[in-house]
Amino acid sequence: MSLRSRLGRARSAFAGQLRGVRSGSTVDPAAWNALEEALILADIGVTTSADILSAVRSRADDEAVDEPHIVLDLLKAEITSRLGTADRSLARGGAPSVWLFVGVNGVGKTTTVGKLGRMEVGSGTSVVLAAGDTFRAAAADQLALWGERVGAPVVRGAEGADPSSVIFDAVEHAAAIGADLVLADTAGRVHTQGNLMDELSKVRRVAEKGAGTVTETLLVIDATTGQNGLVQARRFVEAADVTGVVLTKLDGSARGGIVVAVQEDLGIPVKMVGVGEGPDDLISFVPTEFVDALFDIDADIDAGMVE
Amino acid sequence: MFEGLASRFEGILRRARSRGRLGPEDVEDLLREIRLALLEADVHLDVVKVFLERIRERALGAELSGVLNPGQQVVKIVLEELTLILGGETMRFTYASKPPTVVLLAGLQGSGKTTTAAKLARWFKTRGRNPMLVGADLQRPAAVAQLETLGERIGVPVFSQPTDPIAVSEAGLAEAARLGRDVVIFDTAGRLAIDDDLMDEVGGISSAVQPDHTLLVVDSMMGQDAVNVAVAFHERLSLDAVVLTKLDGDARGGAALSVREVVGCPIAFASTGEGLEDLDVFHPDRMASRILGMGDVETLIEQVETTYDREQAEEATARMLEGRFTLDDFLDQVQQLRKMGPLSSVMKMVPGMSQQMGDVDEALDEGRVDRLEGMINSMTPAERIDPGLIDGSRRARIAAGSGTQPSDVTQLVKQFREMRKMMKKMGGKAPGGRSSNRRGKGRKSRGSGPARPPAPDKPAKPGLSLPGLGGAVEGSGTDRLGSWPID
Repeated sequence: MSLRSRLGRARSAFAGQLRGVRSGSTVDPAAWNALEEALILADIGVTTSADILSAVRSRADDEAVDEPHIVLDLLKAEITSRLGTADRSLARGGAPSVWLFVGVNGVGKTTTVGKLGRMEVGSGTSVVLAAGDTFRAAAADQLALWGERVGAPVVRGAEGADPSSVIFDAVEHAAAIGADLVLADTAGRVHTQGNLMDELSKVRRVAEKGAGTVTETLLVIDATTGQNGLVQARRFVEAADVTGVVLTKLDGSARGGIVVAVQEDLGIPVKMVGVGEGPDDLISFVPTEFVDALFDIDADIDAGMVE
Repeated sequence: MFEGLASRFEGILRRARSRGRLGPEDVEDLLREIRLALLEADVHLDVVKVFLERIRERALGAELSGVLNPGQQVVKIVLEELTLILGGETMRFTYASKPPTVVLLAGLQGSGKTTTAAKLARWFKTRGRNPMLVGADLQRPAAVAQLETLGERIGVPVFSQPTDPIAVSEAGLAEAARLGRDVVIFDTAGRLAIDDDLMDEVGGISSAVQPDHTLLVVDSMMGQDAVNVAVAFHERLSLDAVVLTKLDGDARGGAALSVREVVGCPIAFASTGEGLEDLDVFHPDRMASRILGMGDVETLIEQVETTYDREQAEEATARMLEGRFTLDDFLDQVQQLRKMGPLSSVMKMVPGMSQQMGDVDEALDEGRVDRLEGMINSMTPAERIDPGLIDGSRRARIAAGSGTQPSDVTQLVKQFREMRKMMKKMGGKAPGGRSSNRRGKGRKSRGSGPARPPAPDKPAKPGLSLPGLGGAVEGSGTDRLGSWPID
């Protein structure tokens, strides 16, 4: 199922702005303004939006076009190109490989670990889940339930245990049973807490002390996140050498535009997208699909929400 | 990346000053900066538009004519309007005349409902109530286990059963009545506002338990979508108030403003940390400064005022600014700071400081403060006033007396000297109107009543000094506040 059809329902407000632009005969100043507002409403941010639009404007001028549908296509192409062409596959190669999941509180790290565990087990990878969130009450229980659900062993420590040692134990366990992959959950942390951010670099170091290699550090970002997402990403990149972003909760009415700025500013590609509560609702990120969904003017009509 | 509004204004105002007046075009420039600041703070676009209209009217109206410092006046207008939207006054929580008071929490996934439920329970408990928690989130794996663990930690009973959310809520309410609990808090599953089935479900819970207070839990990091979410929940549940979570980060929290303006219900509580005690009654005026990037100076001042003897503070400040600050003053202030709670949480309230918390944590870890106290206590009174007296043999004596190394003493003296130099410089640079007389007036005017929006003639706040923690904080003017570096 494409991202577009999964997201149909949530896009009406944004689409309304764009429909207005498309129904005009030319893209006049008011229409440019409406486009800017549409981008801001998608949480792309004022600065990035202005930047995108000025690029589109100068291309439209160069090519002497002002038909709304062509300008919209230029805009789509511009955002798609800003999302980069990086390799979005998840890197393997360790014995075992370790994928660390980091992010602020409540973005969906544990759920992402569970869903990704399901995908990997489903495709024949032998997976160990590491309950590295030793802070949040019952976080390990939550992951243990996922482990049961997806059929993967879960290594956990006591509440308040050192997350590094829990993850280290999981790597050792994976090596001992010949598993390929360790998915390591970590506690949510607000990026302004220096000591907790330092803890992440330690987690990473210790995870590689034994047989394992950290081949991915994935920053989980909630699609509802506003402009603070960029600051978050910057701090996590500094602390933990982030290799990719998982954008969660994109099935709501939020559009996750902050990832455009994250990609552009920090060069960190989005690799996966969470689009629902079901265990299979984690899919690969495809920029054209994301942008199509962002600009899907008729989404609400597809979904039967004719006004 | 964010700048405080005042620093954004600087260029425009310098230009206006050179022309000797603030013209309509300058006001438009200022408004553009305000728009940018608000949007970067995640205030909803539509709310920004309405807001700018109000500011434009006031700024172009009579208010700026004959004003000595029009830029400051504009900042003040913006702050006032923001505070007005945010609710003006701190909300007072009311209890049902016939207990139990029923509180229902709802919100998106990951907004912090379960943690907030436990924090609220603790909040009620510390106010002499007998709360109970009901775990009605049967969706997220182990959500009930999380609530049970938290309940145990704060000594509040938790009720749940693996039936369905509505049945468990009804049973929970009955259980609360049976046990004679006077406040019962319902934690519900996170849900998307566009998920009709789940929205129906929470509607069902609401009809079943008839809440006195329905609280929407909103993540302060939320972007433009906060309004859609709040409207959808409001339509279904008729919200009474909002709890704003994760304010311990550096998100500006413009969502709070949007939700308040669009849905109209007040923000009752703000969650400011991971500890279960980190829940505060929401202060609209402080949030206004935060959205504009001015730091939460009010909260800091209030905490200092409640724990710090005012006369002492004033004396120390005056001495400090004149460069007469002694090691005794320094020790005294470090001790006062410790009374206010963990130093890192105090420091986070200083504008521009949350970015540098790593350094501060290191500089002020409690062990170091202990050593510092030890060293100063091992000095003679004369040495405390004039550290220049400390030579090699005195240094050895102080180190021996405090269980430290002579190099630690050298380090302390050096840091203290630099600090004193810096303080003196700041004192010299301070603008006029900082006499102790004015500060005194400011303090007297601060009642113990609820927070209120700044009145146009609001006197200066008392000066507040934090030696060794990066400088002095002065709450006496928006220009001054805005000059703090904001990342």
